[in-house]
Amino acid sequence: MTSVLTAFATALATGAVRVIDLTHTLTPQFPTIVMPPELGQCAPFRLEEISRYDERGPAWYWNNFTMGEHTGTHFDAPIHWVTGKELPNNAVDTIPPDHFLAPACVIDCSAESAADPDFVLTIPFVEAWEAKHGRIPPKSWVLLRTDWHKLPPKQYVNLLDDGPHSPGPAPAVVRWLVEERDVHGFGTETIGTDAGQAAHFTPPYPAHHYMHGRGRYGLQCLANLDQLPATGALLLTAPLKIRQGSGSPLRVLALVETKP
Amino acid sequence: MKRRGYDGVVLCAPISIPYRRYSVDSAHWWIGRALHALTQRTGLRPTDIDGLSVSSFTLAPDTTIGLTQHLGLSPRWLDHVPMGGAGGCVSLRRAARAVQAGDADFVACIGADTNHVDSFRKTLSSFSRFAQDAVYPYGSGGPNASFALITRNYMNRTGATREDFGRICVAQRTNAQRYGGALMQKPLTMDDYLNARPIADPIHLFDCVMPCAGAEAFLICREDDAKSLDLPYVRILSAIERHNAYQDDPIQFRGGWAMDRDDLWAMAGIQPDAVDFLQTYDDYPVIVMMQIEDLGFCAKGEAPAFVRSHTLTTDGDFPHNTSGGQLSVGQAGAAGGHLGLVEAIRQLTDQAGNTAVPNANIGLVSGFGMINYDRGLASSAVLLARA
Amino acid sequence: MTDELIRPRRKDPLRKTREPLLPQGVRSRTAHGLTAAAAEGRFALQVCADCGFTLYPPRDACPRCLSARLPFKDVPPNGTVLAETTIRTSTDVYFRERTPWRIGTVALDCGPFFVTHLHGDVTEGARVKMTLRLDKSGNAVAIAMPDRPTEHQEDDVQLRELTCDPKFRRVLITDGRNATGQAMARAMAAAGASIIFVGVADPWKPFPNETTLRATPNVEIVSLDLTDTQSVADVAGELAHRVDILVNTAEHPRSGGIMHRNGLTIAQQEMDTRYFALLRLAQHFGPTMRARGADGTNAAAAFVNLLSVHALINWPQYGAFSATEAACLSAAQALRAELRGGGIKVLNMFAGPLDTEWFQSVPPPKLSPTALATATVDALRKGIEDSYVGDIAQDIKARLDAQPKALERELGA
Repeated sequence: MTSVLTAFATALATGAVRVIDLTHTLTPQFPTIVMPPELGQCAPFRLEEISRYDERGPAWYWNNFTMGEHTGTHFDAPIHWVTGKELPNNAVDTIPPDHFLAPACVIDCSAESAADPDFVLTIPFVEAWEAKHGRIPPKSWVLLRTDWHKLPPKQYVNLLDDGPHSPGPAPAVVRWLVEERDVHGFGTETIGTDAGQAAHFTPPYPAHHYMHGRGRYGLQCLANLDQLPATGALLLTAPLKIRQGSGSPLRVLALVETKP
Repeated sequence: MKRRGYDGVVLCAPISIPYRRYSVDSAHWWIGRALHALTQRTGLRPTDIDGLSVSSFTLAPDTTIGLTQHLGLSPRWLDHVPMGGAGGCVSLRRAARAVQAGDADFVACIGADTNHVDSFRKTLSSFSRFAQDAVYPYGSGGPNASFALITRNYMNRTGATREDFGRICVAQRTNAQRYGGALMQKPLTMDDYLNARPIADPIHLFDCVMPCAGAEAFLICREDDAKSLDLPYVRILSAIERHNAYQDDPIQFRGGWAMDRDDLWAMAGIQPDAVDFLQTYDDYPVIVMMQIEDLGFCAKGEAPAFVRSHTLTTDGDFPHNTSGGQLSVGQAGAAGGHLGLVEAIRQLTDQAGNTAVPNANIGLVSGFGMINYDRGLASSAVLLARA
Repeated sequence: MTDELIRPRRKDPLRKTREPLLPQGVRSRTAHGLTAAAAEGRFALQVCADCGFTLYPPRDACPRCLSARLPFKDVPPNGTVLAETTIRTSTDVYFRERTPWRIGTVALDCGPFFVTHLHGDVTEGARVKMTLRLDKSGNAVAIAMPDRPTEHQEDDVQLRELTCDPKFRRVLITDGRNATGQAMARAMAAAGASIIFVGVADPWKPFPNETTLRATPNVEIVSLDLTDTQSVADVAGELAHRVDILVNTAEHPRSGGIMHRNGLTIAQQEMDTRYFALLRLAQHFGPTMRARGADGTNAAAAFVNLLSVHALINWPQYGAFSATEAACLSAAQALRAELRGGGIKVLNMFAGPLDTEWFQSVPPPKLSPTALATATVDALRKGIEDSYVGDIAQDIKARLDAQPKALERELGA
């Protein structure tokens, strides 16, 4: 009898299962979230060469890097938000490792987001998606496809004099996804799981508020969601094991079955 | 107090080691050659020489004390005279008193320097603290620039022309051709002089000496000893030196000779008209004019007229720098301060050969040196007489 | 009247770049009293505290009364040229390739006689104003300036060896996002800089007056993030050989002291934006600038640091900020020594609190970014290396010179 993992390995080898990289390359230029300048700031990615086959190390090349826990494509743990600060296993080092493998539902809002950078995902919109693709299974990632990852930095952050403008979920839909669909977490292509203007929502930053308050996870700055099927992808999302880490840059991989 | 004379002390054994434009040898080598020639000339053994006075800019890190071991001497009297162009006369004054007092019997006085390809620049840049702080950073023109300013001021004040300076330089070149030991013996015409390239206006090429390597030396001893060694000698009539004279003059227009010349003539008991030849320190012709004035041969500011009305060659009515001076022989560093003195000894002991001034009985040698900042600080002069 | 400088032609790429040479840079310890005065654009000589005699060259004893009390004091600079010469042959390699070179003797009204460089409009017999400047070796020299300003006097070839005039030079302003960088761009344009590269980090992030900056004459915006080593390296790779004057306008003033700051995030950003940025600029622009110190009319000339005057003494209200500025000052001193071989000046502009949002709660007087920029251009034109701009900076400097311990207590009160 063929074991599940052997069959899986065979599927990978034959191409029946493909691996899609949902991760942005870490570069100094990739935008980080913009906070008011008097507040603490998330460090952008920076690389300092230790040596490059030179007098600092003749036969080897390596770098030191610095960045924040929420720089680049990254994972948000419940402890990141004040609503999740008291939960058990709420930091990247204590989250059970089986939580780093979960299926994903991809809700395509790319047309709506292109038309309106302040597009807000609502319950009816998700219900319409379910009507087409079926009910969101429990413990699934819900990924918001906006094609935002294709935008150049200025449009990606889209800062106007009243703050950033980018798509995200309404408060009601986040609460509904957690309470009615028992989702695993929420993922976006934008710089945060919340909409650019979510500071003005009630509660502010609802994706953070509800997801983390209920021990769910966040994925941000995802790429290539346009290459995923609406359902059926399996995400591998293991963050760095930072003690009491609130999140971590990570490599997000999606496993997708090739249609026969 | 009346100054005591230099009775019983004499100068002899004039030595000139032929100059070279550049030398790969050290100052020690040149001093060694001069001392060797001195022992050959006098018949003295090195151990007989119990006094040594040396002037040299390129002896570093040594001074005269190091030379004693280098040369195998064991003197009981030792002097280092870092006074450049005034050094010859200053050495003479000190050594003569030592011999007169019995502190030494035979004092070798040597001025010598080497000239490596880059040693002139190095000497200039570290010549003095004031030069380092306040002169060399200003164009690094060296003494050419310093004397350009002195010359310009002198011209402004006296009306001296380039042609007046040229008379000095041209006459000295004529003398140099008779001397034979000069680095520059090519005939020099007034046109050559006037058409030479400018170096630091109004200084042009033939106003400048050529730095080179060389050595000059003579011996100071008691008259009795010179006689017993069968050495021709000359007497010292009087000698002066002065340093940092007239420090409030904005630009050097006179030297210390003016301050002490009455003493010089009174001690010798003669007047300028008794002098048969003059050996001045001539690194630039302007300073020759100042010596002619300040030593009393004419009034202040009248040297231009004086050189116009006199002939300065060895056969002229005012023989001056009879071997050609540094302007033609070359400036072998501190040896330049001994050049005129050694030539004067030759003149007064019938050893001058082609440069001999007829019937020369009394000669005046003057020295000048050390552009510490904007002017030469040291001035000196001696009157010498045929024995 | 001086011949007006004409815009230098583009360099012939087939010609070897002239290597920077320096005039002799050795001075006695006492003579550095002149260097100190020249660094600040003052004319100061030793004046005997006992007999009042004004002396030059610098000495360690008064030649009138032998007193050892010989402080440097500002003295009247007026004098008369007694004699001049044009040096056409020099033993020094630096001057050899710059001859003919004019010097002269100047009698100062206050007594001393100077052997001095002469401005081209100064002739024998003229009344002059003496100034002390820093030559390419970084040491003080005197140059006699016309008694009254003459037309284009700043273009004099000998004077320009001693100054860093932005005219026809190419300037890099490292941070154009802030008001100071923008004011600096305007000031450099007004001073005749031929190109003004202005660095802008995070171009995706809008900033105030961006449109005005882009419209400033001769300004070219470059993407430059001083906190990113690779960005600095990339821009240097493309531009370093075209930067004659580098003005580091990066700023990161944040209030708060040391003890109650709650962590190091802000301090690290301060150090990254200011101190490490300075190191990045030094490492990536410094070597090329040093090599271009004698590269024609628009040779590399100056590396400018804008520093808080509290680099000199800590202001606890902005305690961590002051410490960062002190680190920058110390690094600037090292850089000064390292760039000296190229004849490149490191100019430190010390300013009090600027009239910007980051010193909003600080009472006046405050310095406007425009005043700081204007003072920077002025300092470059004079060729000085330390400038204290505005009332606060000058007040702090004076109190520091007079009674540093009192100042420390007063700033901490």
